[in-house]
Amino acid sequence: MKYLMLVCIDPDPKPGQADGAPDVDDWVKEMDSKQIRLMCNRVLQARDATTVLVRNREVLLTDGPYAETKDLIAGFDVLECADIDEAIQVAARHPMAWSGVIELRPFWPDGED
Amino acid sequence: MHTARKPVTEQATDLIAEIYTDAWSRIVGIMLRLTGGDWDLAEECVQDAFTQALQKWSVSGVPRQPLAWLTTTARNRAIDRMRRASIGTAKLREVAALDLEPPSYTSDSEIPDERLELMFTCCHPSLNLEAQVALTLRSLTGMSTGEIARAFLVSERTMGQRLFRAKQKVVHARIPFRVPPTHLLPERLPAVLSVLYLLFNEGYGDPPKTRLCQEAIRLARALTQLMPDEPEAQGMLALMLLHNARRHSRFDTNGDLVTLEEQDRSLWDTAEIDEGTAILERALRQRRAGPFQIQAAIAACHATAPSAAQTDWPEIVGLFARLSRIAPSLVVDLNRAVAIAMVDGPEAALPLVDAIVETGQLDDYYLLHATRADLLRRAGRMAEASESYRTALDLAPTNAERRFIESRLRPG
Repeated sequence: MKYLMLVCIDPDPKPGQADGAPDVDDWVKEMDSKQIRLMCNRVLQARDATTVLVRNREVLLTDGPYAETKDLIAGFDVLECADIDEAIQVAARHPMAWSGVIELRPFWPDGED
Repeated sequence: MHTARKPVTEQATDLIAEIYTDAWSRIVGIMLRLTGGDWDLAEECVQDAFTQALQKWSVSGVPRQPLAWLTTTARNRAIDRMRRASIGTAKLREVAALDLEPPSYTSDSEIPDERLELMFTCCHPSLNLEAQVALTLRSLTGMSTGEIARAFLVSERTMGQRLFRAKQKVVHARIPFRVPPTHLLPERLPAVLSVLYLLFNEGYGDPPKTRLCQEAIRLARALTQLMPDEPEAQGMLALMLLHNARRHSRFDTNGDLVTLEEQDRSLWDTAEIDEGTAILERALRQRRAGPFQIQAAIAACHATAPSAAQTDWPEIVGLFARLSRIAPSLVVDLNRAVAIAMVDGPEAALPLVDAIVETGQLDDYYLLHATRADLLRRAGRMAEASESYRTALDLAPTNAERRFIESRLRPG
């Protein structure tokens, strides 16, 4: 079962919320060795985003992020996990779950339209 | 000679009514595992098994192993449906694997009890609370979508969508069908407890919905049997029983709320109080007190007191203080203040209530203002009391509560 793990910035962090957070390098090493993390990357800031939409057959571009995602997405990982419980555990051990926010999105199921 | 034995038809309907809830939830659990989480198919097959049972048992009598009969019937139906659906599809492999399963269950004792797995799946914290409650009722009590919708005062269509989305999320996010491993239990058991307690409170509200209370108690009882080493589950069951024991005295003939103080204690269900206190004592002996056990201990103080005046108020003050330490909340502090007023008088409690008012966090909570008004009235500060009663009146959520406050505003 594949999950997209969106790594987001907390727009309103409280002082000390990341105290005691795990080390990201340890996380990466462990998840790679267990073949849980299939791919990942950081993405550039929202001001480098381009929003694309086609309306009335015309490609409309906006400089910047899609309004709903604001400035929050900092990166992503693709996880291979047995179930949501494993994905939650993996996400909770990422330091950005402490200093930021992580959203888990299951991949579209095979064979469904 | 036999005296007036019931006809076979009645025997069958009686038995089905008696075992429906438990059998429904157990077989739904088994079918969910069998169908790989196809909720609709699972429910349909169990429904079908009950329909067949009603027809067949009415004619040929109740089988010796009714649960095995129902499970096998549901199972055969599921296999049949999956086989038909799989012709020419990739599902063939799954069905081939199904053929390796035992052909049928022959005895009730071999039917696995998967209600606990089902509870943890339905109450998974990645589902929102409304979805958890709806899914729990549908799969664990066998209430129909329409019945659940009526209990929550939403349209059947809304409830149908809510259930559909919940089931879809379970499948799509792959919420596991299992009792969480020990290291996850401390964060998962409270979710199950809070859903069951919410169900109870929904039923215990105004107007009361007896069915929801009964189902919540039934599920809490099942939970304590399935997890005998969890004192908080026992504490919650005890709390429900101790509240439920007072159900006949909570409203007067006009349907108006009667305060605990003024309730007719002869109407309280002593058998239920005895059961509740016995369960609580067993829980407390495990020496792992939690919020439910402490609340049950408070409810037990009330339920076993011969009158409001003869209640062990100092004990209640201590229990609220303990509750406030492990589960801090302003509502708990408010209740503690009420108990302090019973021990040391209203003037001792008012500063505590004023401190809660000052936080501004419970401004919209009518009971804060009603409590303050009551304390002021008892302290003889009538003008201030009236003012607080009026604030409470504006905020009171139901007519019964408004009538109650109005009765306090009247002199005499």
